Amino acid sequence: MNTRLNIREKRFVAVVAAIALVFGFTPVASAMHIMEGYLPVGFSIAWGGICIPFLIAGYLSIKKTLKENPKTITLLAMAGAYVFVLSSLKIPSVTGSCSHMTGTGLGAILFGPAAVSILGIIVLLFQAILLAHGGLTTLGANTFSMAIAGPFVTYGIFILCKKIKINRHVGVFLAAAIGDLFTYCVTAFQLALAYPSESGGVAASMVKFLAVFAPTQLPLAIIEGILTVVIIIGLETYAQPELNDLGYLTGGVK
Amino acid sequence: MTATRKTVIGLLVLVVLIALVPLFILQDAEFGGSDDAGSGVVSEITGTEYEPWFTPIFETAINGEIPGEVESLFFCIQTGIGVGIIAFVMGRFVERKKQEEGKTGKKKTK
Repeated sequence: MNTRLNIREKRFVAVVAAIALVFGFTPVASAMHIMEGYLPVGFSIAWGGICIPFLIAGYLSIKKTLKENPKTITLLAMAGAYVFVLSSLKIPSVTGSCSHMTGTGLGAILFGPAAVSILGIIVLLFQAILLAHGGLTTLGANTFSMAIAGPFVTYGIFILCKKIKINRHVGVFLAAAIGDLFTYCVTAFQLALAYPSESGGVAASMVKFLAVFAPTQLPLAIIEGILTVVIIIGLETYAQPELNDLGYLTGGVK
Repeated sequence: MTATRKTVIGLLVLVVLIALVPLFILQDAEFGGSDDAGSGVVSEITGTEYEPWFTPIFETAINGEIPGEVESLFFCIQTGIGVGIIAFVMGRFVERKKQEEGKTGKKKTK
């Protein structure tokens, strides 16, 4: 049994690595990622440090999930693939510029927010190395916004909606959409911290960055919410055993 | 089942609409990336053209920017891989459910 699990785990790592490699070759006009060299050294290191505990928690969380329910590996692959697809789709927005989604919502809802940090950092790392998007020096900050803060908000909202018994699909929509938006808010905050405005400081800066990001991202957040609901409907229809393993259906509102 | 199917199709149509309508409404817009806009704000706040202190290593390696056409190639590969995995996994799920349901395969796969 144990060796079996190990083979499965190894296979999983290999698959993820392969995906990540290919994924890494993709240049995404990533609107949300802070560009290489745009954060002062101190900030780069600090954000990196903040991410580490989350990444460790994520690794342990994935390991635990796969050990308990090896079959859910298919869903994990799917959650990862979902991040790839959504973060590759540059979509025109009402402000006349393009942006893309995060795709982290699905993973957060199914596997919990910590697990997504691993999926997210793989994506960001290879983008940074091979695509000139995001960056190695801003990896920590970008990981925090896209793979940690966003998913945690998504997860929190999803759980909240479950608690107050909102229709599950509405909950999924809200969770994914708000998580996506929140990622941008965090990015704006990170940039504002690094570049406080002379008159008004961090807050004034933040408003400026938000003004650039938020209107562009709003329609995309809605799209992300809808797509996440669509894929969840698909999984609910065809992958009930796995969803049960993950505890997604238990205690939810039918 | 058909209700679910209608919902899904309706949602997908909505997504396409949200994505495409700006293109038709804002006919003069550039639709550049909003990260460029972000760096614009950085320059605005600092008052000077910001000089990044680190260049992407891939750009350093090929000594220049990644050509646009090559970018779109990589870009398509990314989407393709993601969609491939999702389609593969979903396909397996769908077939599995069909088999579980036995010979009364009333439900359509899509």
